[in-house]
Amino acid sequence: MTQVVSTTPGLFPLPDWAKDELSRLKGHQKSDLISGDEDPEVVDAYDRAREEVLSLQQSAGLDRVTEGQLRWDDMIAHPLAVADAVDTRGIVRYYNNNNFYREPVVTGDLAATGDVAPELDAAAEHVDTGLQAVLPGPYSLADLATDEHYGDDAAFLDAIADFLASEADQFPDIETLFLLEPSLVENAPGEGADERASEAIDTVASAVDADVIAHTYWGAIEEKVYAHLMDADVDAIGFDLIADHEQNVYNVQEYGTKDDVALGLVDGQNTFVEPPETIRERVEWFVEQTDGDYDTVYATANTGLFYLPVNKFEATVEALAEAAAIEVISA
Amino acid sequence: MTGPREQFRPEGHDNDHFLLTSVVGSYPKPKWHDRAREMFEDPDADFGKAEWEEAKDDASKLITEEHEHAGLDTVVDGEMRRNEMVEYFAELIDGYEFNGRVKVWGHNYFDKPSIAEEVEYGEEWLVDEYTFTSSVASRPVKVPITGPYTLARWAFNEAYETTEEASYALADLVNEEVERLVDAGATYIQIDEPALAQYEDDHAIVGECLERITDGLPEDVRLGLHVCYGDYSRIYPEMLDYPVHEYDLELANGDYEQLDVFKNDEFTKDFAMGVVDAHVAEVESVEEIKDNIKRGLEVVPPEQLTVSPDCGIKLLPREVAYGKMENMVQAAREIEQELDAGEIDAVAGSAQASAGD
Repeated sequence: MTQVVSTTPGLFPLPDWAKDELSRLKGHQKSDLISGDEDPEVVDAYDRAREEVLSLQQSAGLDRVTEGQLRWDDMIAHPLAVADAVDTRGIVRYYNNNNFYREPVVTGDLAATGDVAPELDAAAEHVDTGLQAVLPGPYSLADLATDEHYGDDAAFLDAIADFLASEADQFPDIETLFLLEPSLVENAPGEGADERASEAIDTVASAVDADVIAHTYWGAIEEKVYAHLMDADVDAIGFDLIADHEQNVYNVQEYGTKDDVALGLVDGQNTFVEPPETIRERVEWFVEQTDGDYDTVYATANTGLFYLPVNKFEATVEALAEAAAIEVISA
Repeated sequence: MTGPREQFRPEGHDNDHFLLTSVVGSYPKPKWHDRAREMFEDPDADFGKAEWEEAKDDASKLITEEHEHAGLDTVVDGEMRRNEMVEYFAELIDGYEFNGRVKVWGHNYFDKPSIAEEVEYGEEWLVDEYTFTSSVASRPVKVPITGPYTLARWAFNEAYETTEEASYALADLVNEEVERLVDAGATYIQIDEPALAQYEDDHAIVGECLERITDGLPEDVRLGLHVCYGDYSRIYPEMLDYPVHEYDLELANGDYEQLDVFKNDEFTKDFAMGVVDAHVAEVESVEEIKDNIKRGLEVVPPEQLTVSPDCGIKLLPREVAYGKMENMVQAAREIEQELDAGEIDAVAGSAQASAGD
């Protein structure tokens, strides 16, 4: 019997009051962005915002709950942006989005800062079951960063993977960990790098005692990259069915997938929110197409949700929770 | 060859050569204008619609005159009536709705609208703005309009299957607006398509949009296209096929690194080149701007060169914005004199231009 579990890839929008309050407290310039040593007033604002998004997910009945990564001014580049031995330089485009982040430039040996774990500790106080952590996948984080220290791509990726693993090592008990790997699609690794990307994911995954999902989005990954990703010791691979359902289904038909699967079923970048029934039909469709006997299907948005205005973010969370709660799956 | 241009040469222009000077559109708003908006939006303030309309008229007149005072050959009112280049139009067009702010970067947000239903013309867009501006201006008025591709791409699209379909529906509305503007007397219209710089592969969609926009337009209306902050090699020379007379491009910001892109294939239209940086709050010297203008002459002969800032300059301090305009005009006039005197040798296509005269 397949279990449908509702979740999200995190990266939530700030509540509107927090947008205003934090704009006022922090400012609008590059130098005002998060550094890891915030003033107490800023910490307090984020605490209240975090409690609000936790409560929202719980009220909606979402099965996996994240702290929303509300402090991540630089989206998935955040863990590096606050690390030592990293300079944050110009504001650069975030993938092909109309969003920008500070380019993290690694200038020395990377070491964990322990910046991510306290957010999860704080969330754990309000969440009894289903706490989910979110981290950038090592390949994507290396792709978004610039190396001025390690000298070659393989050594840099290894260092990033070790860095993320030592951050994850400090996490409290969590149910699941989403590793966000859009760069596997957007800037696919070539020969050799594809295998290393998979090994790097392994390094991070092995640092936690939780179900790990390597989530890809903005399209389908190339066949060879997918074949290598299947070698990674993760519990599920995530597929963006909004951007490209055909190629993703083809990959699974051709190469199989893990016992669990994560499906990006709603568009995290559009204000049109599909009805829960439609979302659920997409689950059934995927299961049928791939002839899968999955233990768990994670029903999620394809991307992080900060692209959305707050009302549509809330509607998306609610729709996912309702879609997963619909009885019966035909597998 | 490159469209109606001589109509913008001011009477009594001192030089034989004429480098058309212009601006992209937006200009810093006077501080009192921002305060007037805050008061208008404050339900407790005794500041109603009539007062707000008067404030907009005053700001429009002030900035139009400021442009004239700087010596520009064609002027804009600095877009004093517009809040943001997509939001302004989305508020007027039926079919859009606003749900709230979304992040651009850090704590900078954009009230990104959604195309929730098929779009229809809705409320009047720019005719009042144009009519007012031209009534207070003694120079010709240029009208910037956000292009349909950008209006589609920088919104959420709920109503159309693709961005392309939404763009074409919006292009038909822009065509309607351009016709209204022309009926009202407008002779210089600029379509702003910054989103093209982000999605260069969609240049054919922008081309089809422009075909729709220019459908039925009289020959003597000058049409420009503004594209900024992108990789021009991915849209040039294909963009020369667009049915416009002039391309307004940002190049000062990148220190003319991309200039060679335009030299490989002859630039067959007018080249409105950015000669001052819109995001550096220091006024470039006349000499520096003259050097920049000469870079433009490497691409086109003087009769095809328009002199302009890189982009809208609304984010600059107002005195810096004014200083840039003033020095830009001064630099253009000095280059004209040097051209008249035969002191500038290397001019693109000069042999060909004289052969064609």
